[in-house]
Amino acid sequence: MSTMTDPHATSLEHLRNVLTPNGLRTDVFRDNLRVHVGRDQLITTLKALRDGRGFNMLVELGATDYLGYPGRDASAPRFEVHYVVRNIDTLETVIVKVGVDDPAPVLPSVCPVWRGADWMEREVFDMYGIKFDGHPDLRRVLMPDEFTAFPLRKDYPLRGRGERHNFPRILREQS
Amino acid sequence: MPANLLDEDTLIDDPSREREYHWTLNFGPQHPATHTTLRLVLELDGERIVKATPHIGYLHSGFEKLGEHLNFNQYVTIVDRKNYLSPPYNELAWHHAVEKLLDIDLTPRCKYIRTIFGELSRMSDHLLCTGAAALDLGAFTAFLFAFNTRELIYDCYESMSGYRFHPGYTRVGGLLQDLEEESVRRIQVVLKQVTRTLRDMDRLLTRNRIFVDRMRGVGTLTKQDAIDLSCTGPIARASGVLNDVRKDMPYLAYPELDFQVPYCTEGDCYARFQVRFEEIQQSAKIIKQCLEKLPSGPVNVPIAEKFPLPDKATAYNSMEGLIQHFELIMPNRGMGSPVNEVYASVESPNGELGYYLVSDGSQTAWRTRTRPPSFIHFAVFPHIIKDHLIADIVAVLGSLNVIAAELDR
Repeated sequence: MSTMTDPHATSLEHLRNVLTPNGLRTDVFRDNLRVHVGRDQLITTLKALRDGRGFNMLVELGATDYLGYPGRDASAPRFEVHYVVRNIDTLETVIVKVGVDDPAPVLPSVCPVWRGADWMEREVFDMYGIKFDGHPDLRRVLMPDEFTAFPLRKDYPLRGRGERHNFPRILREQS
Repeated sequence: MPANLLDEDTLIDDPSREREYHWTLNFGPQHPATHTTLRLVLELDGERIVKATPHIGYLHSGFEKLGEHLNFNQYVTIVDRKNYLSPPYNELAWHHAVEKLLDIDLTPRCKYIRTIFGELSRMSDHLLCTGAAALDLGAFTAFLFAFNTRELIYDCYESMSGYRFHPGYTRVGGLLQDLEEESVRRIQVVLKQVTRTLRDMDRLLTRNRIFVDRMRGVGTLTKQDAIDLSCTGPIARASGVLNDVRKDMPYLAYPELDFQVPYCTEGDCYARFQVRFEEIQQSAKIIKQCLEKLPSGPVNVPIAEKFPLPDKATAYNSMEGLIQHFELIMPNRGMGSPVNEVYASVESPNGELGYYLVSDGSQTAWRTRTRPPSFIHFAVFPHIIKDHLIADIVAVLGSLNVIAAELDR
């Protein structure tokens, strides 16, 4: 940490007290503070931020597939889910990142912490196939229910023939 | 059911029998009151809504996947098509994220022109939203007044960028072209007209008995729920959450401008209408100040920074311009970007519109996650429509301003 006044110093201190000593890895890019945590520490971290530091709004939740990302360590998990949380009074914003790997990626759901996570987690499941343990209603949200693939994964092609060609075609005469 | 009811017909002790009286109604996806392709499956007890289940995705077009294959400048044409009521703000949001990633500081003139451009779209978005909310409740005239004024705003887009509906005006580090005298005159026409339109709409709606009765106390969202369900923008502000990215994390020319953030505490449909209505006036105030203060100078960052595409004269007549043009256009070159990721957001007319942008060092994003306000606000709908009547659906949908293209992307 630099000697400049760090707007996130108190929050980081709070997290260090709550989490296990090695559980916290942070980096800063532009004005984004990113906190990298393990899967088992995710709910503890988010609850500590919400209850201890007043981060009462989950602004954004999304995932990224890092398959083939340049400079990515081979042992690093394939997917990362980010949680952008904000204290709407002090406007402090922190991005919590958690890695999750193939096969069968599963994360604990944050719906019990913020109800706003409901559809955002459904979208991540829909697009990446990451399951959220404890989600009240984990169905596909944008793609049709009978769709079998996860289109935002990097191994899903932009163009080409795939499962969308296998959809049953219903013609007017048959209906 | 027989006309003379026995006790056993009305008294239901067994909760499992209660559900037998419920029936299911499909609403949409092509119902005129949904405006776009939304579908709701309603569980009804008479006319009372017991449970509403939204089914979305009818307009899913894979915009986020496309963002991983188009470069920073090309993708602006796709973001335009997300919230098509206010395309300029989508462009601002996208290039705001890109410029944060690339660490570009815009020129003062560019900041002001983008602010004007964005606020025009805010007026346009709110005019349609308040107009259409009234239209759904049977007030056709107010809608026509609003739509007429939007036509003038489209004229502004056209004279600024050359396109009416999807302008595609912003570029990395600047704009497609400078603001010309004619556009300024057209913007002044809008400012003059919008005052008249607001006066007319105010007289037609604000104290209209039917309109107020249909909106007041309907679809109430408490402050605590608004925060818990991640609401932003006019919907959160109507519930008393005083957050506005323009004030909280100022970008563009907003820190230098004098404007207010309207809010209400009731949290119902009428409060949302009032907040939007007042925001149109504030937008007009912002544009007026921007036109007065509009700085001179270039709109693009210097060519030496290797981001903006040089204009024709520079590309043909100077060595640096030609090299720069070649560097940016050739697919194997282009502008470099840091191998990093950034979350940046702006206050779009609908709420906080953010991009989580992951870059792999090329001029094409690795991941363009959108934080779409419509998606988050539509998730709120089942919570606030509960125990209302079927007729209230159109009022609540109109006040949430859900745009299916942004909802489904």
